Amino acid sequence: MKIAVTGLNNVDNPGPGVPVIRGIKDAGIENLKIIGLLYDALEPGAYMPDVADANYMIPYPSGGLDILLERIKSINEKENIDVLIPTLDAELYAFSKLAPELEQIGIKTFLPNIEQLNIRAKDKLFKFCEENNIAAPENILANTYHDLYKISSEFNYPVVVKGIFYDAYIANNFDEAAAAFKKLSDKWGFPIIVQRFIKGDEYNVTALGDGSGNAVGAVPMKKLYITEKGKGWAGVTIDEREIIDISKKVIGKLEWKGGAEFEFIKEAETNKFYLLEINPRFPAWVYLAVGAGQNLPYANVLLALGRKIEPFKNYEIGKIFIRYSWDLITDIKQFEKLTVKGEISHE
Amino acid sequence: MENYKISPNLAISENGFLFLPSTGESFTLNPIAIEIIEGLKSGKSLTEISAEIIKEYEVDETTLERDLTDFISQLKNYNLLEEL
Repeated sequence: MKIAVTGLNNVDNPGPGVPVIRGIKDAGIENLKIIGLLYDALEPGAYMPDVADANYMIPYPSGGLDILLERIKSINEKENIDVLIPTLDAELYAFSKLAPELEQIGIKTFLPNIEQLNIRAKDKLFKFCEENNIAAPENILANTYHDLYKISSEFNYPVVVKGIFYDAYIANNFDEAAAAFKKLSDKWGFPIIVQRFIKGDEYNVTALGDGSGNAVGAVPMKKLYITEKGKGWAGVTIDEREIIDISKKVIGKLEWKGGAEFEFIKEAETNKFYLLEINPRFPAWVYLAVGAGQNLPYANVLLALGRKIEPFKNYEIGKIFIRYSWDLITDIKQFEKLTVKGEISHE
Repeated sequence: MENYKISPNLAISENGFLFLPSTGESFTLNPIAIEIIEGLKSGKSLTEISAEIIKEYEVDETTLERDLTDFISQLKNYNLLEEL
């Protein structure tokens, strides 16, 4: 079987590709070939031994879906890909749109549709949560500086100012909010989301929806070490039923199809959980779920192939992941192959 | 002295390592802290636990009561105790 995976950028803000591949490899599929799809010739996963058997450069979706599809078609002529798992937020809309065309050339995917992707977007999540009685921090959407004046009538400072796709700043006064508004709108566009700041600890859940409203599995994690970029560099599986139940409720309401990460904050004062974000793909820490007994990436492959699978019932509590960095030495010829030919093989 | 109930599922290793499964937090306890928690787990009152510690260690009642109150308030902060 040939499985293509994106997101091999195992950098300080890692993509989920390498852990997704590790999970799939752990399942012991016979005659498995992993194909890494790369946006950058220096994505570490392409050079790591025992990750992808072959790697191909692909163009960014922002350059046009036709160009991306053409490139995948040409890779597919050579490789006959069975399943493709995109793992990066920015490419999911593109691959969700391309899913029917990929299916036509024999490539199966298991992805949320555009409507599902839109409902969980940062600017729409609060409305969804409000309608479904799920606690989420109140927000206002700002398209102009003038909109920022609403902050003082709606919330007390500090507030969280978030970009539509990525990044967030805590603003302690109007001037800081305006500075964050400028930075975020320059980088990510509009609207800017201004959210009530909730003081507390962050909790995460990785889960997999079967597309019919059922969660195939869900594993909660508490970060033990956080980098300057806010990424978990170590974390532990925990026993927290409430956030599993909320995640399953969202999967049920949205009939979520594919992997997801749910981000929560537990308000220190009230011990109440608020849903902060839903990321529409597995997180970079998904291998912890595999280590705790739920091989969600492999289950995703099975679902893509149309197999029926039994939901996971348990996971091990107290399993820890600790990420590390490692200098891999390789020859410039490898880099040259990827840069010039757009492909590299480890077979 | 008030009495408290501690979660019976709280696991402490032989080395005094305490892991809170609901929050992922972990703590290292000294031998006296282990005795206090084990005492609470077995349903003893704080008065009974104090009496045992005084018998076992060289400590005056005032110091022990101060330290014990301090420790109990830390456990309460982590929602590990319920007042009976």
